[in-house]
Amino acid sequence: MSVLSREKAASGAEAAPRAGLSEGKKQERRLGWLLCAPAAFVMVAVTAYPILYSIWLSLQRYDLKFPENREFIGLANYVTVLSNDYWWTAFGVTMLITVISVSVELVLGMGLALIMHRTIIGRGLVRTSALIPYGIVTVVAAFSWRYAWTPGTGYLANLFSPEGAPLTERASALAIIIFAEIWKTTPFMALLLMAGLALVPDDLLKAASMDGASWWQRFTKVMLPVMKPAILVALLFRTLDAFRIFDNIYVLSAGANETSSVSMIAYNNLMKGLNLGIGSTMSVLIFLTVAIIAFIFVKLFGTAAPGSSDDEGRR
Amino acid sequence: MADIVLDKVTKKYPDGTTAVHEIDLEIADGEFIILVGPSGCGKSTTLNMIAGLEDISSGELRIAGERVNDKAPKDRDIAMVFQSYALYPNMTVGENMAFPLKLAKLPKAEIDKKVAEAARVLELTEYLGRKPANLSGGQRQRVAMGRAIVRSPKAFLMDEPLSNLDAKLRVQMRTQVSRLQKQLNTTTVYVTHDQTEAMTLGDRVVVMRGGYIQQVGDPQTLYDNPVNLFVAGFIGSPSMNFLPATVEESVLRTPLGDLPLNDRLRRSLSGADAPRQLIVGIRPEHFEDAALIEEHQRAKGFEFTMPVDLVESMGSDKYVYFTVEGERAVSADLEDLTADAGGADLPPQDNLVTRLSAESRVRDGVDARVWMNLDKIHLFDPGNGHNITLNEGQDAGVATP
Ligand SMILES: Nc1ncnc2c1ncn2[C@@H]1O[C@H](COP(=O)(O)OP(=O)(O)OP(=O)(O)O)[C@@H](O)[C@H]1O
Ligand SMILES: [Mg+2]
Repeated sequence: MSVLSREKAASGAEAAPRAGLSEGKKQERRLGWLLCAPAAFVMVAVTAYPILYSIWLSLQRYDLKFPENREFIGLANYVTVLSNDYWWTAFGVTMLITVISVSVELVLGMGLALIMHRTIIGRGLVRTSALIPYGIVTVVAAFSWRYAWTPGTGYLANLFSPEGAPLTERASALAIIIFAEIWKTTPFMALLLMAGLALVPDDLLKAASMDGASWWQRFTKVMLPVMKPAILVALLFRTLDAFRIFDNIYVLSAGANETSSVSMIAYNNLMKGLNLGIGSTMSVLIFLTVAIIAFIFVKLFGTAAPGSSDDEGRR
Repeated sequence: MADIVLDKVTKKYPDGTTAVHEIDLEIADGEFIILVGPSGCGKSTTLNMIAGLEDISSGELRIAGERVNDKAPKDRDIAMVFQSYALYPNMTVGENMAFPLKLAKLPKAEIDKKVAEAARVLELTEYLGRKPANLSGGQRQRVAMGRAIVRSPKAFLMDEPLSNLDAKLRVQMRTQVSRLQKQLNTTTVYVTHDQTEAMTLGDRVVVMRGGYIQQVGDPQTLYDNPVNLFVAGFIGSPSMNFLPATVEESVLRTPLGDLPLNDRLRRSLSGADAPRQLIVGIRPEHFEDAALIEEHQRAKGFEFTMPVDLVESMGSDKYVYFTVEGERAVSADLEDLTADAGGADLPPQDNLVTRLSAESRVRDGVDARVWMNLDKIHLFDPGNGHNITLNEGQDAGVATP
């Protein structure tokens, strides 16, 4: 959130005419930069350096198994990766998981948010229990799902497919991965959406019911438009998160049967294959995809951090 | 258009608060009725029950003769204007006003016609394409009114629609609301805690307090014949003066002096249960500079001499303030009034406010001889607040707990 608003502030400052600023304004701007400097420095140190370094690595043939063959080869690694079916399968799987899990989470999260927003009795209890899945470490949760789906011993496997081994077939394995992902992060979605619900004034909903709107019309014509900024932020966060899915797949199927995500294969190339060149290329490509997704959300849909916008939607 | 009848309507909130106690009220077709009272007296709750936004705990609500207790707001065909205006921020002014019509599935051409007409009446035509965020407070208020009138509903409900406007605009809009209501002749229930608004707008005014109706009547009746201390103090600005009084042989002993008992007062006091400790109430305009009183008038009143605290000359008349020595009038009603800062601007209890003719020569710090009209004084029972001087047979809409 803070990153987004900072970008916005910075671009706003750029756009303002440099000339003709009064002394006080200049002072103020300098103070602004000074105040941002520590945060900007930390950002650069912890993000810019690794990113630049992996871009540098991605331009080389660099396999730790054959370190003597290290050589600058320009964009050849990118050609290799982008013309490889293995990469595109993983990309497709990642997209599939992202789109399905985020859409389902949006619907379920909205339902959960409405329930949490409306409950009066035992509010704290309802909210706490709804948030439990999000509080559990992903790997731990993933293992519990894995055992549950293990043929013979797992209760879910016995219940739904006593014959087969669901985690070893592509379709069912993907379904289980998506399910685990949804189970885990719906509460987070609900939490973000609940913040959006709080933006909808009660009077507005009352006015809508006086104007003759049914429950569904109130929801779609009044609540959703007013909540739109919050929904977009929630979607952005979750999409970026889901696109980098790793731990659930790692534990549940280990990427077998073409269930790898892009993060999985980048990991395999880097850590298992020790191919720093190809692995870094994949990391850079993931980074670019994530950046493009963020760009689409921010520029095309007008997503902004809640409260940072002077959007006319709020008074 | 329709009449609205509240028959022993009660509201009990889930947390146990009873906000409205068995209210009986008949609102005639086309009538402009005002609910007024201090904060928390149940005005909004009553309005929301009529709207259908709050369930009715017991009693019956009838609109146009039909019981509507269990009807959803959208099936009651009533429009409401909110204090916050509650405009849809994502829609333009035109879309806001068209919203109820769209939901009612009217043909597009008809919607456009009605919106254009409402916009014309409310002088909003040039703003139809704007979003509410880019309007001034007064314009937003008019859009809210517009959204209510386009539908030609059976009734309008308004919950403090003007209280977010500045004082000058409020007066302007008050006139506009009044004119609009006359024009449309639609039953209107209007909530306010501003007694000036109540007096100037309504055909009839309902004074509420703590979930009970105190008095219902046209503004003049409320002003001239308040049924109790609360109404007397709430209605009128500056408000009525209250003084403690004791009934002696044939006089009423007050800090201003011994008031002689005339026939009217004697009759009121002859009741079996008339208390000996009383509160005298008298409005500022019922005082006059004794020098300006004609002889035949003089006998009807009582004269006293007191040092003047302050003179405020208004041009048309003079407000003259005195300090009353001695004890103060004490009553639960008066405490309620003082506690409510938003209501009538009650003067400090030891302050006597009088309104004298502009010709009066009284000056600050000098003793003034003042006459007060005994025909106009009210006597209240401090115990229950009742006005014991109410003329018998007078229809003052008495309704006390
Ligand atoms: N949802 C609720 N739950 C419990 N009590 C409530 C609720 N809403 C209102 N009340 C109580 O009911 C009483 C009447 O409230 P109401 O809103 O009708 O007052 P009001 O006359 O409109 O006051 P104001 O002038 O401040 O708007 C108050 O004592 C209030 O605390
Ligand atoms: Mg209210």
